[in-house]
Amino acid sequence: MAQMNMLHAINEALSIEMEKNQSMIVFGEDVGHFGGVFRATSGLQEKFGKERCFNTPLTEQGIAGFANGYAAAGLTAVAEIQFADYIFPAFDQIVNESAKFRYRSGNQFDVGGLTFRTPYGGGIAGGHYHSQSPEAYFTQTPGLKVVVPRNPEQAKGLLLAAMRDPNPVVFFEPKRLYRASVGEVPEGDYEIELGKAEVVKQGTDITVLAWGAQMEIVENACKKAEKEGISCEIIDLRSLAPWDVDTVAASVKKTGRLLINHEAPLTGGFAGEIAATIQQECFLYLESPISRVCGLDTPYPLIHEKEYMPDEHKTYEAIKASVGF
Amino acid sequence: MSNATTNNDTVHRVSFLDKASLHIPTLRILQADGTTYEQAVLPNIDQELANKIYDTCVFTRVLDERMLGAQRQGRISFYMTCTGEEAAVIGSAAALDDGDVILAQYREHAALRYRGFPTEQFMNQMFSNEKDFGKGRQMPIHYGSQELNYQTISSPLATQIPQATGVAYGLKLQGKRNVAVCYFGEGAASEGDFHAGLNMAAVLKSPTIFFCRNNGYAISTPTEEQYAGNGIASRGVGYGMHTIRVDGNDMLAVLAATQQARAYALEHNGPVLIEAMSYRLGAHSSSDDPSGYRSKEEEAKWQQHDPVKRFKLWMINKGWLDEATDAELHEKYREEVLSAVKTAEKLPAPHIDEIIEDVFDKPTPALKKQLSELKEHINKYPNAYPKSAGRI
Repeated sequence: MAQMNMLHAINEALSIEMEKNQSMIVFGEDVGHFGGVFRATSGLQEKFGKERCFNTPLTEQGIAGFANGYAAAGLTAVAEIQFADYIFPAFDQIVNESAKFRYRSGNQFDVGGLTFRTPYGGGIAGGHYHSQSPEAYFTQTPGLKVVVPRNPEQAKGLLLAAMRDPNPVVFFEPKRLYRASVGEVPEGDYEIELGKAEVVKQGTDITVLAWGAQMEIVENACKKAEKEGISCEIIDLRSLAPWDVDTVAASVKKTGRLLINHEAPLTGGFAGEIAATIQQECFLYLESPISRVCGLDTPYPLIHEKEYMPDEHKTYEAIKASVGF
Repeated sequence: MSNATTNNDTVHRVSFLDKASLHIPTLRILQADGTTYEQAVLPNIDQELANKIYDTCVFTRVLDERMLGAQRQGRISFYMTCTGEEAAVIGSAAALDDGDVILAQYREHAALRYRGFPTEQFMNQMFSNEKDFGKGRQMPIHYGSQELNYQTISSPLATQIPQATGVAYGLKLQGKRNVAVCYFGEGAASEGDFHAGLNMAAVLKSPTIFFCRNNGYAISTPTEEQYAGNGIASRGVGYGMHTIRVDGNDMLAVLAATQQARAYALEHNGPVLIEAMSYRLGAHSSSDDPSGYRSKEEEAKWQQHDPVKRFKLWMINKGWLDEATDAELHEKYREEVLSAVKTAEKLPAPHIDEIIEDVFDKPTPALKKQLSELKEHINKYPNAYPKSAGRI
């Protein structure tokens, strides 16, 4: 095991797969020699050549369309969208094309070898256009897998699985943690199965569910709650589409309570989908209403970023309210 | 001849066109030593206009230098300079009428200054204080001014290009003698929005000036990895648009081209594309370090084409400027900027009530509820929310 940050872990995953899969290419804005604005693709062009790791012109719809074409030829494409805020010009190609290639052709064609990597989320003083969490736009699209890692070890294992998954995957990377999250990462090749949540900590009073950068937030909130004698079970959902209903439902049946936390605005966020499903699965086990601690229903603000965020204080208060219901 | 083609020539053996088939000359008026080319036709410019242009150049240089410094000191979170592209931005802005609507990318604060945006307003935006017109919602440099017909900057690239087409079409329909002017970089010209915007402007006869600052780099990506054609100008021709390529470091060439582009757009109700060939002397942004992707020698070469120096020499040659006045101007702006920084950074952030304003014309019941819960929460944890606590 080696200590490394999330960028390094992502870089290793890309490098391992490029080594194994000669058809795999990595591309996007500034990803070539420069290594991407966050340096996730550093050194790949030097190692694998300009044909396999390269800069594209500045066109997200072009990047996604190109990726679809390459993958539809049975090859492996890993496309970087520089910020998740800029994935929207590519929306048509991802939502109408990547997601539906297999279905509309009766499985004659598919873009299974395609992964979109994109940094998402706030906490970096980025305002509207460098902070959004647009995962829910993609979870509503049948045909796409949506994955969000929480630390370097998870990022490497999930990304390796995403690149090998026979379906297109949108892989959201929590940019706030790129350098801030450092941890032990297994050497060499390993995968973490997509579609499986992880029970990060066992508990008995309430299930606290999050993903990506919010995991750190809910862990801190749970530590505070534990000091008050509240036992929290913490789950990292990891894959949002498809999501692991069984693990979450089993946990809620045990604890009787559920709190879901995400950075994206409350209304129409993925927490609503989870709440509806768990209410159906666990109705007779619930001791309090399922609660959501999410971003405000405003665009992501700059100066009031702290106020907007579903932070540990808000989460802690919601845990207490749920347990004291 | 069918109307599927407008070309009356036919050939009887295969013959391809390539980018060299399209000869696009570059307009140059001002030489490096501050004299003009012998055959050059000068733009309309008098001493007053020249002074205003030069004044804006000096302000912009000083602002960029000081604010990059302020970013390095951690006083503001982010900055982007106009350095190296002042002639492209100011030369074009100087050709406009105040009623012409500007839709900029993000590196054109010099055009906003030319229109009269006060130093303190630049600071209020960058420091996200309660006097910021944008209410502290966007990163530094995302200025906007309704009064000055300068639409607020949006970070996603090229989104302003088709919007400019729409703005100009609106001006035309309202019978206004004004155009929309849209700035963008050669990188943004790769986005789908560019192609959509230009095509619609040409087809719908929308009086828009599309002003491309071809500055050599989109973050780290040089032009040879951005496009393979004959610059951006060839695309204007492809869309059936009046097009010109100018030396973007030549204030007089940019001014002349834009003056005539404006006149044409109004007279013919049609768009014009101007491609200004320049060089981004600074980093892409304060988050970027160009030493990773380009050489010092390359940058040094372009320093010799400094557009502000070239224009200054012309002003001196005309007897409209001298070194002492120039030094005074620099000093005046250094003091003005520094003092505005000190004032702006002391002002409080916008009030927390504003966080739910402007999402819609009026806050929805859900937003009001969220704000009231938020305020209650802030009162409980005042230390966690220093920008808002104590002011609820």
